Amino acid sequence: MKKDIILAGVGGQGLLSIAAVIGEAALRSGLFIKQAEVHGMAQRGGVVQSHVRLSDRPIHSDLIRAGSCDLILATEPLEALRYLEFLKTGGMLVTNSVPFKNVDPYPQDEEIEARIEALPHHLLIDAVTLATQAGSVRCANMVVLGAGSPFIGLSEESLQAAIEQVFSGKGAKVVETSLVGFSLGREAALNATGVN
Amino acid sequence: MTTKLLLGDEALAQGALDAGLSGAYAYPGTPSTEITEYIQRSVQAKSGDVHCRWSTNEKVALEEAIGMSYAGKRAMVSMKHVGLNVAADPFVNAAIAGANGGLLINVADDPSMHSSQNEQDSRLYTDLALVPCVEPSNQQEAYDAPAYAFDLSERVNIPVLIRLTTRLAHSRSVVKLGQKRGVNKLAPPTDLRQFILLPANARESYRNLIARQPQLLAESESSPFNRYQDGVDKTCGIIATGIAYNYVQEVYDGISPHPLLKISQYPIPVALLRRLFAECDDVILFEEGYPFIEGKLRGLLGDREGSIHGRLDGTVPRTGELNPEIVAHALGLPRMDGLPQSDILVRRPPALCPGCPHADTYRALNAVMERYPQGRVFSDIGCYTLGALPPHEAIDTCLEMGASITMAKGASDAGLAPAVAVIGDSTFTHSGMTGLLDCVSEDAPVTIIILDNLTVAMTGGQESNATNRLAAICGGLGVSEEHIKMIVPLPKNHEQNVAVIARELAHQGTSVIIAVRECVQMLRRHARKGGEE
Repeated sequence: MKKDIILAGVGGQGLLSIAAVIGEAALRSGLFIKQAEVHGMAQRGGVVQSHVRLSDRPIHSDLIRAGSCDLILATEPLEALRYLEFLKTGGMLVTNSVPFKNVDPYPQDEEIEARIEALPHHLLIDAVTLATQAGSVRCANMVVLGAGSPFIGLSEESLQAAIEQVFSGKGAKVVETSLVGFSLGREAALNATGVN
Repeated sequence: MTTKLLLGDEALAQGALDAGLSGAYAYPGTPSTEITEYIQRSVQAKSGDVHCRWSTNEKVALEEAIGMSYAGKRAMVSMKHVGLNVAADPFVNAAIAGANGGLLINVADDPSMHSSQNEQDSRLYTDLALVPCVEPSNQQEAYDAPAYAFDLSERVNIPVLIRLTTRLAHSRSVVKLGQKRGVNKLAPPTDLRQFILLPANARESYRNLIARQPQLLAESESSPFNRYQDGVDKTCGIIATGIAYNYVQEVYDGISPHPLLKISQYPIPVALLRRLFAECDDVILFEEGYPFIEGKLRGLLGDREGSIHGRLDGTVPRTGELNPEIVAHALGLPRMDGLPQSDILVRRPPALCPGCPHADTYRALNAVMERYPQGRVFSDIGCYTLGALPPHEAIDTCLEMGASITMAKGASDAGLAPAVAVIGDSTFTHSGMTGLLDCVSEDAPVTIIILDNLTVAMTGGQESNATNRLAAICGGLGVSEEHIKMIVPLPKNHEQNVAVIARELAHQGTSVIIAVRECVQMLRRHARKGGEE
C-alpha cells in the first residue's frame, strides 16, 4: 500500500486538521507516514499545502515527486489546480467547488470548473452547503476529507476514530459535527456519478 | 517501545527533553518556533523541571543558555538562521570559552526563503566558530541528535550546532523514543578562568579550541550520522547532506546504484570523502543550502578535471531548496509521467487578516504621508511587513530585525524628512530599543510608530516581552513624555489617529506613537479559551 496525497487550500480553511486526521488514522492502521506542511508567513490568507505520504514500507522523502501523486484533496478549487504537475496520470482530484476569492483578478468560476471537468478522474463537491447541513460551515474541511476518503487508502472507521481523537479537545459538539460532515462528504463521493 | 508522530522540530525538542535538558531558550522564528512551543507544552515544563520562557532576542537567549551550561546543566537555544546573526557574538565566543554542561545551538535554516529574507547556511558559521555541527536527515535523527550532541558537547567541552532546514523542521513522521536521562547536577566550572576571556586567557582557550579540531574530525569520521554506502556504478559517486539524503534515496527507491556518502555531521569527514573520490570517476553533491562542501572541494583554483558536480557548475540550481525532482533531474533520471501545470493559476500572496489593527494604523499613516511625498516609511520584520503589498503599500523598507528605527535615523541624518519608523512590539524589544536610544541621544527628528498587537503574531502568537511595558521603556530611554502617544487603531478612531500622527511628524525631534490593539487571531483564540473555561 502506498498513497501520495497533496492537500491544498487557503490559510484558515482547516487544511492542517485534515492532515492531522489522516496522520492519526495512518498511525492507527500501522502505516508509515511523512507529512510536510508549510507554516509561518503562508498562513495568512495565502496558499497552504501539505504533502502526505502513506505506505506500508518506510518512506524516504518528505516531499512527493512531480508526476507521482495519487490524490489531490483541496478545500478550494483554484488551489486544487495549483499542483496538477504533481498528479500522476490516472490520479484523482477531489475539491470543494466553492472558491475563496481574496485576490483580484481571480479566474472565472466557469474557467476553473472547465479545467477540473477536463480531468479524467475528478470530483467537485459543494463542501460549504454540506457543512452547513452538518451543523457548521466550519466543518467544511471534514466534508472535503469525507469526499476524498474513498481514495485515501484508509478505512472509514480509522478516519472516524481519528476525527474523534483530533477534535476531542474542542468538545463533543465539534466532534459530532465533524463526523456528520465527514459522512455527508463521503456519501456524496460514493453517490457521485463519474467517479472511477 | 514508545513511538510518536512528530514534526522535525518537535522530535528535536522531545530528544532534548529525554536527554536531560534543563533549559530551552529561544526567540520565535519560522521554521524553528515549534521546538520551544513543544517544550512549553511538555510535562517537564508544567512541573517546572525545564526553563522554557521566550527570551527577548536570540543573543540574550544564547547567553542565558551559556549561563545554564556554565552552571553545569544541559541547555539549548533555538532560533531561525538569521537569528544566529543576532547571536553571532556569544556564538563565536562561547566556542572559545567552551561548554560546561552540554550546550546545543539549534538553528533552523530556511532555503527558498519561505518565511525569511535570505537563505544563509548556518554551516558556514560552524567554520567561523570551529564548532561541530549535526545536520539530521530525518525526524528520527532529529530525535537522536540532542542526546548524541549533548554527550559530544560534554566530551569535547564545546557547544554543538544542530542544523535543521524547513522541510525537516515542518514535516511529521513517526519517531521511536529512547532512554530517558536525568538532568545534570548544579556544577559550575572548576577552572575559574574558563569563562573569563581576557586576552591572556582567550589566547590559550583559542589554542585549545584549535588543538581539539583533530578530535572533532575523528568524531565526524566515526559518527553514526555519517555513512558510506557502496554502490556498483562507480562512474559517479554521490554526496548528500541532511535532508537531501532522503531525496537521493527516494529517486533510487532506497537502493542507489552509485556509492553514496551521507553527511550529517561536521567538520566534514575527510577520510570518507577521500574514499569516495578514490573509488569514483565523478562526484555529484546535493546540499540543502549553500554549496558548502562543494566550494571547499573546488577550492580557489577550481575543479580542473571537471569531475565535481553540484550547485556551482549548474548541475543543481544555485539557489533554493532541493526536492526529489531536482535531484532526479541532476542524476539524469527521467521525469515521471504527470500532468502539465494548469494555465489559469494566479498568485495568492499572504495578506493582513480582516480586522487586523495594523491595517487601521496604515490607513491613518497613509493619510498623513500623502502630504509628504518626500517622506519615507522605514519598516521591519513581522506581519506588518505585508503593509508593503497592495492595498496598503505603506512602507518603503524591510531589512532585518530592528533596522526600521536605525535606518530612519540614518536617512534623517542625511536630511530626509519626515523619516518614519514602523516596528512591531516584539521586534522593538528584540532589536529596536538600542536604536531608539541613538535617536534620543541626538533628539533626531524621527517618528517611531510601534505596532503593539500584544503578541508575536507572525510566528503564531507567542508571548511578547513588550506587552504592557512599551510606554515605560520609551520613557526610560529618554523620549519626552509629551511625545509618547498612545492610539487605538480602529476605523472609528481614524480622524483622531491621523491628527496624532500628523502632529508627531511635524515635531522636529524624536517621538513615539504606540498603536495598541490585540491581534485579531489572538483575540479569537482568547475568546474561544474563555468560552471553554
